[in-house]
Amino acid sequence: MDVNQAAAPAKRLSFQFADLEQQRQSATLGMWVFLVTEILFFGGLFAGYMVYRGLYPQAWAEASRALLFKYGTINTGVLICSSLTMALAVHAAQVGRHKRIALFLLLTIALGTVFLGIKAVEYTDEYHEHHIPQLDFRFEGADPVHSQIFFGFYFVMTGIHALHLTIGLAIAAVLAWLAWKGHYTPEYYNPIENFGLYWHFIDVIWIFLYPLLYLVAHRGYAG
Amino acid sequence: MSEHVVPVRTYYVIWAVLMVFTAVTAGLSFYDLGRLSIVVALLIAGFKAGLVGLYFMHIKYSDPVNRVAAIAGVVFVAILLALTSADFFTRMWFFRAP
Repeated sequence: MDVNQAAAPAKRLSFQFADLEQQRQSATLGMWVFLVTEILFFGGLFAGYMVYRGLYPQAWAEASRALLFKYGTINTGVLICSSLTMALAVHAAQVGRHKRIALFLLLTIALGTVFLGIKAVEYTDEYHEHHIPQLDFRFEGADPVHSQIFFGFYFVMTGIHALHLTIGLAIAAVLAWLAWKGHYTPEYYNPIENFGLYWHFIDVIWIFLYPLLYLVAHRGYAG
Repeated sequence: MSEHVVPVRTYYVIWAVLMVFTAVTAGLSFYDLGRLSIVVALLIAGFKAGLVGLYFMHIKYSDPVNRVAAIAGVVFVAILLALTSADFFTRMWFFRAP
């Protein structure tokens, strides 16, 4: 047992809480309330998506088929793997193995970076295909004007998702450093637990973005 | 101590199920299910999101008050989507729009 672990409980308790347990419950509830605002923030985009997809189903199916389906599918797997490593980091915190917390956070960062890398490859391809709205947009479809709306939603939704993920990578790096130094103990690991909630939330958003963006049209042909 | 410690094996099982259903939903996109395709895709996504929420995010083991917050998020998005659909998809002019 290291020095921090023994000294931790008293130091980690903020004055407004009766005990560490109450502090932990408050922190987790606060995180959940934040995530609810995030859910509704993405909810607005989903509502807009629903309306325009309802309006122009054919144009959207054609546009969706132009996305890099394989990359999107692999990225879904990558993000699910990163959720596993994140869950294992939280578990390591619960059982008090602080170096393992850091290692699993680093694995999570690595997988998150792979996700962003694959996304960058996709964006590059879409740039070369002239599929970025308002930027010399061209589309070989029956209804390019309304296919462009799909690409608008695609870039805004995946862009904001990637922004969340990038912020997550920065936070994970700081937490990994603190965890390595033995900052977290089974009595106090709220930041790890709450960051885990944030990371899994990012995963959940992608779990919905994947079918909504990549699977609009079936690939029985032209796959 | 206070927080329920989920056995590591549970995380691996959930991960495996998530990966399998990702493959299933990707594979199904090669078949023409017509109007059902979006329904099936969203059901699978909802199932996967539920697993992530219940096990990875510990909703299953969490304080009831956190569960209320999580459910509130889902309910309010449902209201948002339901009322938006009720508005747009009941107007015939909307579908005749050029």
